[in-house]
Amino acid sequence: MITHVAFWILAIGAALTGAAVFIVNSMARASYALAVSFICVGLQVLLLQQNYVGVVTILMMVMEMAVMAVYMVMFMGMNPALMPMSMVHDKRHALAVSIGVFLLLAAGALLTPWPARRGTPPADVTAALGEELMEPKMLVMAAVGVVMAATIVAGVVLAAHRTRYDRFGDDLRRRPARDPQPGGVGR
Amino acid sequence: MTVVPPPWALAAAGLLGLLTLGAAVLDGVLSARAAGTHVRTGLTRPIGEIARLMRQRRRVTVAADTLLWRIGGAGLLVMALMIITVVPLGKWTLFDLDVGVVWFNAMDVLAWAFVWLTGWGANSAHSLVGGYRFLAHGLAYELPLMFALVAPAVAASSLNVATIAAAQQNLWFAVWMPVAFLVYCMGVLAIAVWGPFSPALAPDTAGGVTAELSGLDRLLFLGGRYALLVAGAAFAVPMFLGGGSGPLLPAWMWVLVKTLALLTAFIWLRRRLPAVRPDLFMEVGWVVLLPAVLLQDLLVAGIALGRS
Amino acid sequence: MILQTVLLVAAALFSVGLYGALSQQVVVMVMMGLELMLNGLILAAAGFWWFLSPDPSGQVLLLVIIAAMTVEMAMGFAVATALHRVRRADMTDMAADLSR
Repeated sequence: MITHVAFWILAIGAALTGAAVFIVNSMARASYALAVSFICVGLQVLLLQQNYVGVVTILMMVMEMAVMAVYMVMFMGMNPALMPMSMVHDKRHALAVSIGVFLLLAAGALLTPWPARRGTPPADVTAALGEELMEPKMLVMAAVGVVMAATIVAGVVLAAHRTRYDRFGDDLRRRPARDPQPGGVGR
Repeated sequence: MTVVPPPWALAAAGLLGLLTLGAAVLDGVLSARAAGTHVRTGLTRPIGEIARLMRQRRRVTVAADTLLWRIGGAGLLVMALMIITVVPLGKWTLFDLDVGVVWFNAMDVLAWAFVWLTGWGANSAHSLVGGYRFLAHGLAYELPLMFALVAPAVAASSLNVATIAAAQQNLWFAVWMPVAFLVYCMGVLAIAVWGPFSPALAPDTAGGVTAELSGLDRLLFLGGRYALLVAGAAFAVPMFLGGGSGPLLPAWMWVLVKTLALLTAFIWLRRRLPAVRPDLFMEVGWVVLLPAVLLQDLLVAGIALGRS
Repeated sequence: MILQTVLLVAAALFSVGLYGALSQQVVVMVMMGLELMLNGLILAAAGFWWFLSPDPSGQVLLLVIIAAMTVEMAMGFAVATALHRVRRADMTDMAADLSR
């Protein structure tokens, strides 16, 4: 009973805060509305007995939205608290498409004859996930690790505008490097 | 491990409140001693400050985002409460979560949100500067903290806090993984915006995040910092300090004693360590702390593998 | 809490996210829309796992979705920074070179 009540409260919370992301006219509110939506979904995943995935979702998304808010403030180029923003294009078509997609998905969810449950959950879901990742699904883990590393490198390459020639001079001999921001370990 | 019924959460919150007040009083005494005044003024100052802030009128700023401001101010206290739900007190626990370590991590990350929101909500330049300083610290301390939490979990091969505590019957994790322990302590100081990590609240920005906070909001924010120190110290006990193990005293008493000892150290450190500048600490975090704690994890994983 | 209700909530989150991703002009807001769509996916995958086939391997899919989200965010921020640096643009309409 209490699970059902909690599920519905979280469901409504997730949907409303999700919608609030595109309704509120402050960048901080938009980012943190999305964070709340993620927290609601993370707690719902906890209700669905997948503790690790649920808590990790909360962990990652709160951090990500803290960074997101900074980016919003950095790139939106106006005072959010004072100036309402409406930066949308083709709003009507977007609304029509998304309502259509929702109806399609909802019809699919309600009308599909879902099969009965196969198997039972393992006694320790988290340990089972860990063993799965380290044994038969090792390839997934390995691939994700490589993709993450590549993402870090690619992200830095894209975002950094200074090259090693800016830092170390044309002959790459200048030490210490000329950085706009001095580092703490004195290189 | 006995899971106590939910009403006991009130008792846990009361205990957290008592320890928080104790931390504030201790800090008051140390401040009074450092300032050369009578110790008794330090003893009573926190109580007087609570009374003063509770009846102070709220300061209002132009175009403040009141909702986010209030959420940020009250958030730190909520974080501390959430953290102590997974800390076992002797053989009792409120929430025997199988991923307790990740839970702690998820809760400590909330500091990013709450401190920045407190800085943002006031719509004041100084407090926003404080918020950004905290995020800059966050980028530097968070990854080392995460990997420091990994070490005990690997050694005990469990993410459950009680299991990790039970795995230290012979030797505390703090003894044979000192780097992880120190980095963890640094992380606790950082989420409490305490000591070396206080530039976010520094006087050079008129109090930073707290510049415009007043009345109840200020009380909640400052109290939340002490509560986070308490919660961080309490969580370190099962993670690094052997949980309730110890001679003579019952297990729950040992948990309290160890928590108090670590808490005292945290409070005392406030005046002993220099403030770390966010821009300089960034490189320290990534170039020194992160590799050090990764090596620690490697070592721990090797030893755990050798044992099994 | 049955499978159908979980999927309905997931569908709602997905459609709201889709609306955002289609209608917003600012790159970072488009990313928020994409995140919300993936949020719906996480919920749907968790629901499928629990109600249809709760064996250990199903959870791996959830981890892959979360990993995809982090990659999307990291690359999105990097591209937004690069765009802003090169041409002071923060709107998708200003970066429509490939559509002509």
